[in-house]
Amino acid sequence: MSRRIVGPFNRVEGDLEVQLSIEDGLVKNAWVVSPLYRGFEQILQGKDPMDALVYVPRICGICSVSQSVAAANALASIQGLTPPPNGEIATNLILANENITDHLTHFYLFFMPDFARSVYQNEPWFSAAEARFKAIKGTASKQMLPVRAEFLHLMGLLAGKWPHSLALQPGGTTRSIEIQEKSRILSLLFSFRQFLQQTLFGDQLENIIALDSANALAKWLERAESSRSDFGHFLHIADALSLETLGRASDHFMSYGVYPEQGKPLFTRGIWNGAYSELDHSLIREDISHSWMKFQNEPKHPFEGVTIPSADAPDGYTWCKAPRLNGQVMEVGALARQAVNGHPLIRDLVSKNGGNVRDRVIARLLEIALVVTAMEDWAKALTPKDPFCSHAKIPDEVEGYGMMEAARGSLGHWLKVKNGRILNYQIIAPTTWNFSPRDADGIPGALEQALINTQLQHAETSKGDKIPIEVQHIVRSFDPCMVCTVH
Amino acid sequence: MSQFKQALNLLWLQSGGCGGCSMSLLSAESPDVFSSLQSVNINLLWHPSLSEQSGCELLELMQSIIAGDIKLDILCLEGSVIQGPDGSGLFHRLSGTESPMRDYIKTLSLLAENVLAVGSCAAFGGITTGGGNPSEACGLQYYGSKTGGLLGKDFYSKSGLPVINISGCPTHPNWIIETLSQIALSEMDLAGLDELNRPRSYTDHLVHHACPRNEYYEYKASARKASDLGCMMENMGCLGTIAHADCNTRLWNGEGSCLRGGYACINCTAPDFEEPGHSFAQTPKVAGIPIGLPIDMPKAWFVALASLSKAATPVRLRRNAVADHIVVKPLHKIKDKE
Repeated sequence: MSRRIVGPFNRVEGDLEVQLSIEDGLVKNAWVVSPLYRGFEQILQGKDPMDALVYVPRICGICSVSQSVAAANALASIQGLTPPPNGEIATNLILANENITDHLTHFYLFFMPDFARSVYQNEPWFSAAEARFKAIKGTASKQMLPVRAEFLHLMGLLAGKWPHSLALQPGGTTRSIEIQEKSRILSLLFSFRQFLQQTLFGDQLENIIALDSANALAKWLERAESSRSDFGHFLHIADALSLETLGRASDHFMSYGVYPEQGKPLFTRGIWNGAYSELDHSLIREDISHSWMKFQNEPKHPFEGVTIPSADAPDGYTWCKAPRLNGQVMEVGALARQAVNGHPLIRDLVSKNGGNVRDRVIARLLEIALVVTAMEDWAKALTPKDPFCSHAKIPDEVEGYGMMEAARGSLGHWLKVKNGRILNYQIIAPTTWNFSPRDADGIPGALEQALINTQLQHAETSKGDKIPIEVQHIVRSFDPCMVCTVH
Repeated sequence: MSQFKQALNLLWLQSGGCGGCSMSLLSAESPDVFSSLQSVNINLLWHPSLSEQSGCELLELMQSIIAGDIKLDILCLEGSVIQGPDGSGLFHRLSGTESPMRDYIKTLSLLAENVLAVGSCAAFGGITTGGGNPSEACGLQYYGSKTGGLLGKDFYSKSGLPVINISGCPTHPNWIIETLSQIALSEMDLAGLDELNRPRSYTDHLVHHACPRNEYYEYKASARKASDLGCMMENMGCLGTIAHADCNTRLWNGEGSCLRGGYACINCTAPDFEEPGHSFAQTPKVAGIPIGLPIDMPKAWFVALASLSKAATPVRLRRNAVADHIVVKPLHKIKDKE
């Protein structure tokens, strides 16, 4: 049995270390370590509740808007505010702009470059993968960066800038859109759609959305245009490496729901574990038994939770807490979101192989098609000259919460106000769920489960690849955001 | 390119930050970030979001630099330096090692020709030092507006320059690219830096310059609530008239800025911006007069001019200032053709 410490991981947002014990190439045990603590929950104590809108986006430069939306939702809940239709739509567009940018960044810059590593140099598909996806040098990143930057012009129009915008308010957005800006938004979306259809999918977005089973996907891949597309390229590699067998976790999927359309989320809230059930967020608890934290004897609901770091906590091995829903480890992210929402392709894939490396990537790309088409509809529904923001005062003593879906999964903010100031602010981020440590019962978190029992084929076979490549694929398939995880 | 004899090696590290300056950098346009670096012959040794090498490959790279086998021309740090708990630095241990990240940052800073603090966290501590600064964070050469930080006020990198503070939360992609270009062109010197060692290329400007709300400012036609069109200085906490940056002349994400987005400038390029001593979105006032008036204007003059211009405010501005879209349009002066 050898114990191996792997890190620092890059092409994930923030800092990550993974510790593995390996026997005959089989991962027998895994510990996921978040090695950076900054203390945002402590920073927020005593502040004007509205100032959360300045601090929380700065938890994370890649999920910045998601943090803002969660805070705005929490503030709206304590103010009893509902944004006007334009405010709801503009918030959706801004959030979708970030989430889809993140999916694109993950695919092209974070995930795919691992297939261009020298460990794969003898594979028949290697030279094509290297030419297309090699980090920094591949043709894909050069092609994708200008597209990404142009797509983010939506932020310039709707939110002033990205990341770290103050445009997202409890009552809507600060930037009302005039008729000429509405047409700019539509033309930017059209331009982005063209890239997706020509390069990422080789097909109409509507045809991607219509894929309703694993068989339909296999048949779609037979088209020459599909096969040549970047999505097709990935599916061929995934087939060759059987990525659907890699990185299975608890198969309990959760989504808080996101993108309200007249209050009703486009992607619904709930749980999927082979069957749908409603999500009761009062059953969320955060456990600190294996965290470098103190002063909490038992798992606590975030309304009651405290964050007091303690580097010498006896069983601690990470700054991350362990959130559980009704005691259960949850996987969150695009795969979870689409499984919960009932997309037939994702439900079919999950029923066959559970959560895994390949299907997490498929769900993310599918979501790009789903959300961009929704964005087109939202943009058309903007009504210039109607209000974008409503207003209300914050009561002196009150509590509230905001739950939403970031690109990486379920994000929640729980807030208590006393004497007009923040008394307690607790945040559970998507990667807190996915990369949580063990809980008091010794149950490992989702990534830990996904790593345990992985057979390492490629370990140490090639110079320069001392981190087992399977571990790299599994870790990055979750699109982790470590700066959000601990915050 | 002939004027660049030798490629400059750039190593980019992150510590107590959010990664937002990197995410912003990826939004560089015309040209993209890779082309921009290539055009001045900068070789990216490693960047946390972009490079292939992971884990021990990075640790080996850092060892090669420390051993002197690889020259480090430019070290960029994004995020603050984490010193806690109790000065141990263990709130940020470098993954795969037993050592605090702080120690690596210090070692590499002493070896680098140029040291760049990317973003207000690396420069001054930034948002991470908010509240009671729970992680004991500081900047590379500043803690807030005080010199010192990790490297001390007497630090000069091998090039003879102090830490170059590309502050901002986040930084505009071009602030970084243009500073790197200046270094590659051997055109960066002390005269190119302001009192806080920020590149004057962007801090000789004020956010106020080219603010589309300038007409409202001139007449003190002020916004009262979020999404109003009026000037945000009097009531909404806007610090654009004192904030050093060119956000409204160069624009963000093609067409935006904070003010164009309808919210206040919070002076994020300045040290201590994270603790303004009041709510960010409310202007503190003394006897009804906002504090934080433009620095280089006599206060009495400002007050006198403000009351004059307020009296002269056209109805158009007075009404539009408190609306979220133009309700009174500018008048046309049309002479009837006889």
